[in-house]
This record gives sequence, C-alpha cells and structure tokens, in this order.
Amino acid sequence: MDYLPNIIFAIILILGIGYFAKNVKSLIRNIKLGQDVDVSDHKSQRWKNMAMIALGQSKMVRRPIAGFLHVVVYVGFIIINIEVLEIIIDGLFGTHRIGLKILPESVYGFLIGSFEILAVLVFVSVTLFWIRRNVIKLKRFWKSEMTSWPKNDANFILYFEMVLMTLFLVMNATDVHFQHLNSGNVISQFIAPWFGNLSEGVLHLIERTAWWWHIIGILIFLNYLYFSKHLHILLAFPNTYYGKIAPKGQLNNLEAVTKEVKMMMDPNIDPFAAPAEGAEAEIPAKFGASDVQDLSWVQLLNAYTCTECGRCTSECPANLTGKKLSPRKIMMDTRDRLEEVGKNIDANKGEFKDDNKQLLGDYITTEELWACTTCNACTEACPVSIDPLSIILEMRRYLVMEQSAAPTELNNMMSNIENNGAPWPYNQMDRLNWKDE
Amino acid sequence: MSEALKVPTMAECMAEGRQPEILFWVGSAGSYDDRAKKITRAFVKILNNANVDFAVLGTEESCTGDVAKRAGNEFLFQMQAVTNIEVLNAYGVKRIVTACPHSYNTLKNEYPQLGGNYQVQHHTQFIEELINAGRLIIEKENSFKGKRITFHDPCYLGRGNSVYEAPRALLKAMHVELVEMKRNKKTALCCGAGGAQMFKEPEKGDKDINVLRTEDALETKPSVIATGCPYCNTMMTDGVKFKEKEAEVTVLDVAELIANAQNL
Repeated sequence: MDYLPNIIFAIILILGIGYFAKNVKSLIRNIKLGQDVDVSDHKSQRWKNMAMIALGQSKMVRRPIAGFLHVVVYVGFIIINIEVLEIIIDGLFGTHRIGLKILPESVYGFLIGSFEILAVLVFVSVTLFWIRRNVIKLKRFWKSEMTSWPKNDANFILYFEMVLMTLFLVMNATDVHFQHLNSGNVISQFIAPWFGNLSEGVLHLIERTAWWWHIIGILIFLNYLYFSKHLHILLAFPNTYYGKIAPKGQLNNLEAVTKEVKMMMDPNIDPFAAPAEGAEAEIPAKFGASDVQDLSWVQLLNAYTCTECGRCTSECPANLTGKKLSPRKIMMDTRDRLEEVGKNIDANKGEFKDDNKQLLGDYITTEELWACTTCNACTEACPVSIDPLSIILEMRRYLVMEQSAAPTELNNMMSNIENNGAPWPYNQMDRLNWKDE
Repeated sequence: MSEALKVPTMAECMAEGRQPEILFWVGSAGSYDDRAKKITRAFVKILNNANVDFAVLGTEESCTGDVAKRAGNEFLFQMQAVTNIEVLNAYGVKRIVTACPHSYNTLKNEYPQLGGNYQVQHHTQFIEELINAGRLIIEKENSFKGKRITFHDPCYLGRGNSVYEAPRALLKAMHVELVEMKRNKKTALCCGAGGAQMFKEPEKGDKDINVLRTEDALETKPSVIATGCPYCNTMMTDGVKFKEKEAEVTVLDVAELIANAQNL
C-alpha cells in the first residue's frame, strides 16, 4: 500500500504527458496541411532571430511596461520549472525533497530561495497583467475580436499562474521540515505564521495537497496549451526561426505564374502542344488562397503561434482609422478555420469532407482584405515574427486571379497598366512630357 | 519656367555608344501625376547641377507592376516585370536610382528572381552619396536653414527596406530643425496610399488614414512636411488641405527642398 501514491503519481504523469503528446501530433498534422515552402536558407540568420526574438525577447521590450512584466513571468516560469524536476522524482520514488539529499544545504536553499522570489514576482506581474486587461481596459484587449473565448482564455491563463505560484509558496510554508531548514524560505517564512495554530497533521495535509495540486495543475496547464493562445510559449521558437528573412517590403513572386508568363512571352513555345508527361502536376490547383490548405505551413504555424496580444492591430493604420481590418483577427480566423478543418478530418477518418465553408468569406471578409495598405506595421509590431500581410496578399491573389473580384476602381487601374503601362489612362508616348513642362 | 532640363534617354546614349553612370527610373507617378512631376524635375535639376551622367528610359519605361502585385494580380505584375527587365537588360543597366520607394522596392527586391539584377538606390541615398563625394554642395545658408521640418517615413523605404537615415542626413545637411513625429521610423504611420489604396476609395471607417497621419505631422508644428515618395506627398498634401493648414504648412519632397534651397 505504501506504493499507492507513487503509482497514482505515475499514472497521472503518463496521462498528462500522453494527452499532450496526442495533441502535439494533431497540431503537427494540421500545420502540415499547408503548402510546402522552402525555408532551408539563411540558417545562421534564422538561429540568430530565434535567439534574439524568442529567447531574448528583443521585440517584447519595445513596449517597456508589458515587456518587463513579460520577461519576469517568462524567466520565472522557466526557472521555477526546475522545481518540477524535483517534484517528479519525489513523486515517482516516494522521496521528499530529493534535492536536499543531493545538493549541499546552502545550494538547495539558494535555489529554493530564488524560486520563491521569482514566484512572488510572477504573481505580482500576472496581477498587473490582469489589471491592465480588466481594470484599465487597454484598448487593444477590447477590440471586437476579443470577446468570449479569446477574452476568457487570457484571464484563465493569468488565474492559472496565480494559483500555481500560490500553491508553490503554500507548499513551502507548510512544510515543517523545510521551515526548520531556515534556508531558502525567504518568502514562505512570512506565510508560515498564517498556518501557525494548526497541528502538524493538518499542516502535513495542507502541504501534501498543495504539492499534489501544484503538479496536477502544471499537467493541466500543459494540456490547456493546445486549446489556448498560450501555445506561443512553445511555438514562438520555431516561428521566429522560420519567420521572414527577406526585407519586409519584398513580397514573394509566385513561381507558377512565372512559368505561365514565360510561356506566354516565349514565341518558340507552341501553346497547343500536348503537355509533357508529369507537367500537369506543376500547375497549382488555384492561384492565391481561399482556405487554410492553400496557405503555406509557415503561415499556419503563424496562426497557432499568435498570442492575440494585439500589438499588430494597435499599429495597423486601417484599424486605427476605424476600418474593419484587424491583423490579429486574420490570424485568429486562420487558426479557428484550421482547427475546424482538423476536426473535420478527424471525424471523417483522415479525409477532409467538404463542409461548404472556407476561410475567405466565412471567416475573413473581402472588406477586411481590401483595407490593407501593405505597410508592414503589423509585421514590425509582432513580437514573434508573424506575417499577417502575407495571408492578406494570398487571399487578394485568389480574389483577383481566380474570381476577378477586385473593386471596380482597381480593375480600372489594372486595365490601364495593361493598356498604357501606367495605372492612369495616359498614353505611354507621353511618358517623358514632364521634361518640357 | 527655369532653364531647360538636360534629360538624355537610354536610346540616345546607346546611339552615341556610351553607358551612363545611372539610370533614373521615373516611375508612373513621376511621369504623369502633376504634383509628382515637380519632384521628378527637382531631382533632375540636382542631377544636372552635380553633372551626373544619367539617362531615363522615357517612352520605353513602363509601370513596375508594384500596384498590380499588391492588389493581388501577380500575372500582370510579372508581365510588367519581365517586359521591363528585357528593356533594362538590353541596355545593360547596372545601377538604378528612383524617387519612388515603390519602384525602389520592386526593382530591388522583386525583380532579381525574375532575372533583373541591378544596384538600386532611392534618390535620397544617391543624393547623400553625391554630397559625401563632394559632387553636390549644399550651402549652409539656404532658405530652409533653421526651419522646423518633420520627415514622414514612406513604408516601402523605411519599414520595407530599413532606409531611415539617408533622407534625414539630407535634412541635417541643410541645417533645418528636424523634428520627429511621435510615430516615426519603424513605427511610422502609413500615408494610406500603399498596397494599391492610391487607386480606390478607402473602406468605411471613422476617418481617412492620410488625415490621421497629417495630424501626427501637424502636432510637431512644422513649416514643412518632408516626404520621399510621390504617393505620400499627394496624401499629405490632401491631408493638409483637409485640415485647412495650407497657408502655414507645405509638403515637399526632400529633392524639392534641396533644389529650392539651392535655387536650382
């Protein structure tokens, strides 16, 4: 019977990690629904971007208050997790504070002491985050796309972190054995008196409860990630690695179009000749994107990485002037639709069954797409290298090249270019008239 | 009208059997838009003044395709690109200078994959080079000296290609009082014309983007709003008119500032 807690612990651990692994699998499957794209170039630059932007938080601190608080939570989160290692060993082997047996008392005390300080700092930061969202009501957290789940999700994460930090401190404060150590309990020593009148048995019970809920809470939180914007703590790393390397102003040239254009311009090619074998595969099913499967896997990774912080939207000139476009919504819509497609595939034995829905129209409207000035304010603002502009452009391409559905004025502009080599209806022969005016 | 401009074409240069130092890519706005033509002429005056051996394509130039691409018409863009590249390559062009950040971005970043490899500069970068090489001298005593001037970063020059300093260096060389807007450089607000917006009515909203950007500029209490893009110029000019401030504030391209200051 002595082994019962260890067995229960092992089962909980396996279930927690197992379910997480299952979700990671569908996450990878969903991302791979995107078109292939070659991102094997600029390896050193990519590693550097990941180190600076994801690990170094270089773009987070551009907004100093949010940036500083975020760094505290981030560092705290990572370092306090060392404690989880001890919890897992203790849980599996029935030991108690194995670290004390391995490490010198002073080192262990130092470690736990710094965890306790970080725990308080995280608690304070998270509280300030909560106040910014719910009391100060910062504008970017109250845009039209931030209702129901996106709003609750953000608050749940904050509550989770508050509870986890509290449990950690309560665990230390009620661990009589640890309190007798008189080393490392820099914060919990002040909490311990709150439990002063309780018997040792009750203290032990509270300590055990806090210990169990701390690790169960972490496992729940781990599994919550997949359903939450909090997924960014994992995906920020690959996302910054695969992020755009080219100058922001450069938009990709569609290769399939290049082939067609070269054929059109080449007088030696017989357009009626039978296509060479295997040539058909080179022509894409459609130009541009109307649904998530038409986007590249990097764009889909972008969607899962989005933290919905809204820095993009708060800098977007269209959004600032009251237009419908919100780059954050573009990313949220892409993720929502991708999740829907994923569930559809799961429900239909691995095959996607047409559900008469698509990203364009059912999620993102043309009004949003046409409001974009392609100014790159959103991509510059994103702390994790997401590129909403590339999705907007792909969908414009679909509208124009597949559906001829550009606004009338743009159609006029385009036919002017075709006919006169300028967006205005002037004669190309007048192109040098400015010289003599 | 001031004295006639010297504007050789590539065809003329070829007939004379010589290769000019640079090709000046005028762009569609610079060729046809009445306001932008003044920028084109100002830049040519600077080139003439510095005795730069340049040429234009003239009637052989066509739209770069930037607006078509950003509107989503990749076919039209690539048709334009391939045609332009054929002309440029036929003339053996190596170096291009343009006063339009949209042409700059497209020629520099989007043409290489299609076979057009050139050294491309924005006119502010080229003018800075002329000054540094001592080919163009800007008098310290000029009509803009000490004037409060704010510079509006064009998206396709600034954020798009990280060129923030060249235009500012020119303003500093003129000894103006350079004042920055609250949103500047990386965080500069768009003028509202990029991504083909120049050619359509904006979507419904509370206000127009160019008005908001003009408000940013007016907050600095400038006597001149300096720009480096024909579209930005038009948008800011409209914004100043909307705010009924045209008596106090003028909108000028950096090239115009230099040409006017020097009485070229």
